Amino acid sequence: MNNGPLLFLGFFLAIAFSWTGIVVTNLVQQTQAGGTQPYFDPASESVVPMPMSGSARQGQLVYQDLGCVYCHSQQVRNSLSRDPAAESPDVARGWGSRGNVARDYIFDGRLFLGTMRTGPDLRNVGQRLPIATWHLNHLYNPQSTSAGSIMPPYPFLFDVREVKGEPSPNALSLPPEFAPPPGYEVVPNKRGEALVAYLLSLRTDYELPEAPGGGQ
Amino acid sequence: MSSASSLVTSIDPRSTYVQERSELSRIDESTRLLALIFFGTAVGWLFLGTIFAVTASYKMHTPDFLGSWDWLTFGRIRTAHLNTVIYGWATNSGVAVSFWLMARLCRTVLRHAGILYVSGAAWNFGVALGTYGILAGDSQSVEWLEFPPYATPLLFVSYALIGVWGIITFRFRRSEHTYVSQWYLLAALFWFPWLYSVAQIMLVFAPTVGVIQPLTNWWFAHNVLGLWFTPIGLAAAYYFIPKVLGKPIHSYHLSILGFWSLAFFYNWAGVHHLIGGPIPVWVQSAGIVASLMMVIPVVVTGINHHFTVVGSFTAVWNSPTLRFIVFGALNYSVTSLIGSAMALRSVNQVTHFTHFTVAHAHHGMYAFFTMIMFGSIYYIMPRIVRKEWPSANLISVHFWCTAVGIMIYVIGMSIGGALQGLQLLDVDKYPAFLDIVRNTVPWLFSRTLAGVLILVGHIAFAISFVWMLLKPRSAMETAPTLFNTPPALKLKTP
Repeated sequence: MNNGPLLFLGFFLAIAFSWTGIVVTNLVQQTQAGGTQPYFDPASESVVPMPMSGSARQGQLVYQDLGCVYCHSQQVRNSLSRDPAAESPDVARGWGSRGNVARDYIFDGRLFLGTMRTGPDLRNVGQRLPIATWHLNHLYNPQSTSAGSIMPPYPFLFDVREVKGEPSPNALSLPPEFAPPPGYEVVPNKRGEALVAYLLSLRTDYELPEAPGGGQ
Repeated sequence: MSSASSLVTSIDPRSTYVQERSELSRIDESTRLLALIFFGTAVGWLFLGTIFAVTASYKMHTPDFLGSWDWLTFGRIRTAHLNTVIYGWATNSGVAVSFWLMARLCRTVLRHAGILYVSGAAWNFGVALGTYGILAGDSQSVEWLEFPPYATPLLFVSYALIGVWGIITFRFRRSEHTYVSQWYLLAALFWFPWLYSVAQIMLVFAPTVGVIQPLTNWWFAHNVLGLWFTPIGLAAAYYFIPKVLGKPIHSYHLSILGFWSLAFFYNWAGVHHLIGGPIPVWVQSAGIVASLMMVIPVVVTGINHHFTVVGSFTAVWNSPTLRFIVFGALNYSVTSLIGSAMALRSVNQVTHFTHFTVAHAHHGMYAFFTMIMFGSIYYIMPRIVRKEWPSANLISVHFWCTAVGIMIYVIGMSIGGALQGLQLLDVDKYPAFLDIVRNTVPWLFSRTLAGVLILVGHIAFAISFVWMLLKPRSAMETAPTLFNTPPALKLKTP
C-alpha cells in the first residue's frame, strides 16, 4: 500500500463505479427508453403529463426560495411490501391514487421529491385541496385553517393595506381573530398568488402504463 | 529570482534537503498560520451555525417566533444552518486537520503554502456569499447543494487547489510507509472535487431531466458524508488514538480491509434516501445492499480502534484529545450500524420522512465527526502556537455540554421520529395528520434544550480558543492541559 499511482487508481475506480452505476446508467437508460417523453393515451386521446403553466412555474421558484421542500415531500411512495397487491400506505392516507413514477416528473424542472414529512406530502395537493382561498388563508396564517399546525406563517407573501373605496376582489376573508383591523384588508402579492398557482398545479390525476395499477 | 531552476528543484522530491525526525516541530511550525486561518474561521462558522440551528429548532415548535421576515423563515434559516456547519465549520476544520496530519505523516514541511492561503480566503468568501444568498432567497433547495450558482464556482476552484496541494505534499513524502490515515486523506482530497463538480453541473448548471436529479443529489449528499467527512474523521482517529497512547494500531491488515471496503461500499449507499421513490427498483436494491455491506468497514474499524484503546481507558479519560476522539469513534460505530439498519425496507418504511433521519444525520456529523475535530484541535493547537490550553475546566464544560447535548438530541429525535413514522403508517388509528404533528412537538422541545446545551459548550470552546491565542506564553507551562494531571507531570511549587 505504498504505491502512490496504484492508490490513486483504486480511489478513481471506487468513485467511478458508483457514479457510472447510480447516475450515468440511469441517465442512459431513461433517455433510451423514452422515459423523458410524455405518454399519449389512445383511449382518452390525451397527452400526459402536461407541462406546467407560467404562473405555476413562477410559484415553483417561490417554493424553492422559501425552502418548502425541507418539510414537505412531493412523492406518493410506492408500496415496499413483498406482497405485490399491497396498497401503499401513502395511498391509504389519501395522499394520491397511486405511487409516483419517473415520468410524472419530466416537466417539473427542478425536482422537489423531499426527504421529510414534518408536513404532509404535496404531490397531489392540487387535487386534495383544490380551493385557492383555503391555501391563501393557510399561507397567511396556518392557525386560521389548521389549529395546532407547526407550519410557519408567511405574512410576507401578502400586503395588508387600507381599504379605499370597494374592497379588493382578491382580499382574504379570514376568521375574525386573524383578520386585520377594520378598514384594512389582506391581499396576496405576486409571490403569494404564484405559490398558490403552483400548489394547485400539483396533481397526478392520470394513469401511465408503467405506474402501479397502470396495466403493465 | 532564480525562477525556472528553483521551480524545478522545488517540485523534485530528490532534491529535498535532509530532515531529521526531530524536525517535527518545524513541520508543525510551517503549518501554523494556515492552521490558524482554517481553525479560526471554522470556530466562527461553528458559532454562527449553532445560532442558526437553535433559532430554527425554536421556530419549529413555536412557528410564530420571528415569523414576519422572509430572511428568517424556517426553510431558509435551517438551510443556512446546514450549509454553514457543513461548508464553514466541518470543511474548514477538516481541511486544517488534513494538511496538518498530511505534513506530519509525509514528514515534510508545508510547501507551496500560497496555494492554501488563496484557497482558504476564497473558500470562506464563497461560504459567506452562499449563506447570504440562502437567506436572501437564492437557495437552490437541493439538499446539501443550496448555495446559489454565484458562490459555487469559487468554492470548487478553491477546493480543487486544496486537492492539488495534497497531491504535491504526498509526492514529497519522506516516510517509507504510507500510513492508513494518509490513504483516507488522499482519497478524500481526490473524491470531493469530483463529487462537487459533477453534482453542480448535473443539478444546477446543466440540469438533467426528471429523476436523474434526485439520484445525483443523493449520490452526492451521502458521499459528502461518506467520502469526505468520514475519511477525515477516521484518519484523525487512526492517527491520534495510537499517537497519544504511545502504542501501535492493533492491526495493519484490518485497516486495509476497512479502507477499501469503505471506498467501494459507501459510494453506493446514498440511494437509500430514495427507497420507494420514483426510481428503478434495482438501484434501490443496490443502495440497500451497499448500505448493509457498510457493516464490514464499520466493524473492522471499530475493532481496530477498540483493541488499540483497551487497557488505556484512564489515559483516554484524562486526555482532552482522546476523550473527544474516542467518544467520536464509538459513535461512528453506533451511528453507522443504525444507518445500515435504516436502509432495510421494513425499517426504512417507518423511519424515512421522519425526525429519525434528522437524528441520524446529527449523530453522524456531530457525535462522530465534529467531536473528532474538537479532539484534533485540542491536540494540534498547543503544538502550533506553543502554548497550553488555558483552562481544563473550560474543556470539561465543552465536553459535557456537547456530549450530553448531542445524546439528548439523538435519543429524543429518534424516539419522536420512530413514533411519528409508526403513526404515519397507522391510518386507522391516526387518520388526522395534524394529530401526528402535535405528537412530535414535545420531542421538538427536547431538541431545543439539546441545542442550547450544545451552544453553551461551543461558547466554552470559543472562549478557550480565543483566550489561548491572546494569552502570553508562560514559562510555567511544563505539561499539557489534562483533565487529571499525573503527579509525575506536576510542577513542583516551592
